[in-house]
Amino acid sequence: MNKVYNRIESIVGNVITVRATGVKYKELAQINTRFGKSLAQVNKLDSDIVSLQVFAGGQGISTGDEVRFLGHEMRVSFGEDLLGRIFNGSGDPRDKGPCLTENMKPIGGPSVNPTKRILANRMLRTNIPMIDMFNTLVVSQKLPIFSISGEPYNQLLARIAMQAEADVIVLGGMGLKYDDFLYFKEELSKGGALSKTVMFIHTASDPTVECMMIPDMALAVAEQFALQDKDVLVLLTDMTNYADAMKEIAITQEQVPSNRGYPGDLYSQLAARYEKAVDFADSGSVTVLAVTTMPGDDVTHPVPDNTGYITEGQYYLKGGRIEPFGSLSRLKQNVNGKTRRDHRALMDAMIRLYSSYKETLEKKNMGFSMSRWDKKLLRYGELFEARLMALSVNMSLEQALDTGWSILAECFEKDETGIKSELTDEFWPES
Amino acid sequence: MTQNKGKVVSINGNLLSVKFDGNVSMNEICFVRVDDTELKSEVIRIKGDIAQIQVYEMTDGIKCGDEVEFTGDMLSAELGPGLLGQVYDGLQNPLPELAQRAGWFLERGIYADGLDHGKKWEFTPTAKVGDVLRAGEYIGTVPEGPFTHKILVPFNLQGNYTLKSIAEKGEYTVKDTVAVITDERGRDIPLAMSFKWPVKRAVRCYSERLAPVETMETKVRLVDSFFPVAKGGTYCTPGPFGAGKTVLQHTTSKYADVDIVIIAACGERAGEVVETITEFPELTDPKTGRSLMERTIIICNTSSMPVASREASVYTSVTLAEYYRQMGLNVLLLADSTSRWAQALREMSGRLEEIPGEEAFPAYLESYIAAFYERAGYVRLPDGSTGSVTIGGTVSPAGGNFEEPVTQATLKVVGAFHGLSRERSDARKYPAIDPLISWSKYKTVIDPEKSDYCKDILHKGVEIGSMMKVIGEEGTTLEDYITYLKSEMLDSVYLQQNSFDLIDADCGSNRQKYVTDKLVKILGSDYEIKSKDDARGFFNRMRQRFIDWNYTAFESDAFVKAEAAIDTLYGEGNGRLSGSAESLLKDGN
Repeated sequence: MNKVYNRIESIVGNVITVRATGVKYKELAQINTRFGKSLAQVNKLDSDIVSLQVFAGGQGISTGDEVRFLGHEMRVSFGEDLLGRIFNGSGDPRDKGPCLTENMKPIGGPSVNPTKRILANRMLRTNIPMIDMFNTLVVSQKLPIFSISGEPYNQLLARIAMQAEADVIVLGGMGLKYDDFLYFKEELSKGGALSKTVMFIHTASDPTVECMMIPDMALAVAEQFALQDKDVLVLLTDMTNYADAMKEIAITQEQVPSNRGYPGDLYSQLAARYEKAVDFADSGSVTVLAVTTMPGDDVTHPVPDNTGYITEGQYYLKGGRIEPFGSLSRLKQNVNGKTRRDHRALMDAMIRLYSSYKETLEKKNMGFSMSRWDKKLLRYGELFEARLMALSVNMSLEQALDTGWSILAECFEKDETGIKSELTDEFWPES
Repeated sequence: MTQNKGKVVSINGNLLSVKFDGNVSMNEICFVRVDDTELKSEVIRIKGDIAQIQVYEMTDGIKCGDEVEFTGDMLSAELGPGLLGQVYDGLQNPLPELAQRAGWFLERGIYADGLDHGKKWEFTPTAKVGDVLRAGEYIGTVPEGPFTHKILVPFNLQGNYTLKSIAEKGEYTVKDTVAVITDERGRDIPLAMSFKWPVKRAVRCYSERLAPVETMETKVRLVDSFFPVAKGGTYCTPGPFGAGKTVLQHTTSKYADVDIVIIAACGERAGEVVETITEFPELTDPKTGRSLMERTIIICNTSSMPVASREASVYTSVTLAEYYRQMGLNVLLLADSTSRWAQALREMSGRLEEIPGEEAFPAYLESYIAAFYERAGYVRLPDGSTGSVTIGGTVSPAGGNFEEPVTQATLKVVGAFHGLSRERSDARKYPAIDPLISWSKYKTVIDPEKSDYCKDILHKGVEIGSMMKVIGEEGTTLEDYITYLKSEMLDSVYLQQNSFDLIDADCGSNRQKYVTDKLVKILGSDYEIKSKDDARGFFNRMRQRFIDWNYTAFESDAFVKAEAAIDTLYGEGNGRLSGSAESLLKDGN
C-alpha cells in the first residue's frame, strides 16, 4: 500500500493531483517537500487521477515531490495521556511532549442513533449569572456565542473552561491569533484546569487545510471520553474561520458557490459537527460551545444564520456582556424548574422589567419627560447591568438569585414586580 | 432482480460514477461493495455506459474499481400493518433495531426491514372468492392499535383481478400469503399483508380527488379562526431560526384533529426527535384514549445523517401517508424542514455540475416542491369512503428573508401560509404567526365575517401603533388610542396561546366560536372612558379577565364564573354595542 509516486500532475492552491490506483476516498498521504513532510487527504477520485488537499498548503511543492499513500484515513490518538496536551491540525504535538500514536481513532465518524440519546436534563453550572440564571446551559447542549470581532469572546470561553463543572475540556482553536493561544494556555494553567484539558490549535498563520481538521479532531476525542462516562465540554473558537476555510477549499476546487461564496453544503457540514453534542443513554455527554463571529455584526450572514438553525439557542455577546435579548437557551426549561423555586418567576420578571427599562431609556433619549415609574426603571436598569450583566461578575446561581431579589427590593415595591405574592413573601429581602 | 454489475470510476463526495454493462434504470437502487459492507445508492443520471449514483451513506474508503451491484428496483417503502408507532430513518430502517444491531452509532451499511416479519397479526377476510378487485381495494382487515388496518391489493397491479382464494380468519405474519388473485390472462398472484411501493411515485388508486372543504382543527386559535388548514390541503410555515416553527409543529402533532400524524424530521436536530420519542408514549390521544405514539410515525433524518437519505425521507413519509389514506383515514404529514430537503437537492445538483439557478438551487426546485405538495389531497376511495393527506411543511429561509427561492416556490403551491416573524417571537408572542402577512384559502371554523372583523381591528391597531411611535401617545386621539388598545387586547387574549398549558393549548372549534362572539361584543362596543389612563386601565383589566377565562376548561363552573367576571367588567365600563358589531352578532345567531 505504501507505493511512492514521484510525479505531481497539477498544483492549484492547496490541492494537488497525482495519477495513482487503488487509492481510497478520504485516505491520507504523506508528501515530502523541501520544507519537510506534510499530510494530505484525498478529496476527489476520477479514475486514476487523485486530488489531494495538502495540509501544509501548496506553497513550495514541486512536481517532483514524493507522495506516499498511508492506507488509512485521518485519525487521532486517544487515551488519558491526551490530557494536558496541545496538538495542531495534523495531530502533531504543539507542546514539547511526545508524539502519540497509540489507540488511533478515526475522526468525523457516523452520527449517534437518535434512539440512543436521552433528553437533556442536567444543568451545567458556569457561575456566570447571565448564563446560569437567565439562559441556563444544559449538559449536551450545542450553543454558539455570536459576537463581533473585538468582543472578549475568548476571555469568556476561558472563564467557562475554568469554572464549568465538566470532567474533560477539549478546546479547538481555528484561525486563532497567537496571542489568544498564549492567553488560553496561560489562563488554563493558572486556573489549574490544564490537566483536564486537551487542546487542538490552529493559529492564523498555520495552513488553511489544518483549520478544517480541528473540529473533527476535537469532537472525536470528546466523543471517546464521553463513551467512558465523562461529561465533556468542547469549546470551539472561531467557527466562522472554519467556514471560511471550507469556502476557500471549495472555491479552489471550482465548486458552485451558493451564498456569498460559501459551498452549498455549509449547513450539512456545520450540522455534522454541532450534532456531535450528545447525552448518551447510560454513559457520558458532549456539550459544545462555539464562538461564531458575525462579520459586520450581521446575524443574517450565512455562517451565523446557518448556525442559528442548527444549534439550541445562542448567546449574544455585545458591548462586553451577554445580551438578555437575542440570547436564548432552548433547553433551559428542561432544567430551570428544578433549581430553586423562585428561579423561573424571578428570571421572567427581571427580563420583563429590563425590557421596560430599555423602552424608557429610548423615551428618555428622545426627550420625553420621565415619570416616577420611569425613574425607578432607570435605576433598576443600571443596577441590573452592573451587578448581574457585567462579564466580571462571578457567582453561583443561588447568589445570583439573591442578588436579583436585592436589586428588585432596592428599586421597587413588591407588587410592582408582577411576581406572585407567594414568592415575594418568602424571598423579598428585609430592609 | 437483474444481475447487472458495474465498477466505480470516480468519486466526489457522495456522488459516484459507475461504468456498467447491460441496462440500468433511472432511480434504480444499487449497492456499492466496500470492504465487508454494501452501501445503498440510487442512480440519478445515466450517460452512455456511465451511471452516476448518489450514495445514502458516507463514502470514505471507496476505491475506483470497487464493485457495484444493481438491483433493478427503485427505492421503495414496505407497506403493511406495523408502521404506526415506529421511528424510522429516511430509508425506512427502524432506528431502535439499528441500535440493537450497531450500538451507539449509525454505522453504515446496516439495513433492517421496515416491518417486523415475525410478528403475527389477526387477519379477518372481507372479500369473497370470485370478487373482482383492483389495486388499492381491500381484501381483509387486521387491528392495528386503535385502527382497523385494511389489507390492500398492491398499488402496482394494473387492471382487474379475480379473488381465487383467501385465508381463513387467523394469525399471519406480513409475509404469509393470505390470498391468491387471478389476472385477466389467468395468471395467479399470491398476496401477502405487505407489499412495496416506490416512494417517488404518487399513489393514485382512488376514484376521484375532491376539493378540500372540511377544516382540519389544529386547536391553535390563530390558525383555525384566521388562517385555517383543510383536511387534504397544504400549508407552509416559514420563519427565521428561533421563531418557534418546531414548537408549533410539535403542538399541531399533538392536538390536530386527524387519525394519523407522520412527523418527518428532515435535516433538523436529533434532540427534537428525542423529545418526541420521550414525550409521546406518555401522552394520551383525546380521540382514542390511547397513547399518542400509537397514531404517530416518525421519519427522522437529522442534520448530521447523510444528505442523500435526507432527500429520500420526505418521499418515504408521504408514501406512508398515502398508504393510510387508502384505508379511509385522515393523515397529517408534518415536514420539518423542507428547506433542508431543498438543500440536499442543491448539494447533489452542485456535484452533478448542473447549471445553477437562483442561490445555486437547481432549476427544477419549483417543480419538485410542487410535485411533493401535490401528493396531499382529499380523495374518494373505491369503496365510497373518503380519506385525506394534509401536508404542512416548515421552511427555514436564509436570513429569515422570505424572498428566497424555497419560500417563494412553496408559496406558489400551498393553500395556506403561516409566516412566523422574528418581531413577534422576540416579544414572546407565541405562536409567532404574523397575522399581517399570513393568508389561507380554506374555511375558518368561525364565521368568516367575524374573522374579517377581528383582522380589521388588528390592522387598524397596528397602523395606529406605528404612528404612535412617531408622534407619541400625546399626539394620538382618544378614539384611536382605544382602537389601538382593542387590537392589543385581541392579540394577547386570542392570537397568543400558551402551548405548554393543557387547557389553553387545546382550544376546540366550539370554544373558538363561543369566544369570538364574546370578543366581537367587547371589541365592537363603545365605552364611557374619559382619558387614556382610564382606557389603559380598563383594557388591562379586561385582558387579565380574558386570559383567566382562557385557562378554564370549556363549559366548566370556573368557565362560567370567569365569563361572568368579564360581563361584570363590561357592565362597569358601560359598554354599548356598535351597529356593525350588532348586525354581525345577529347574523351569527
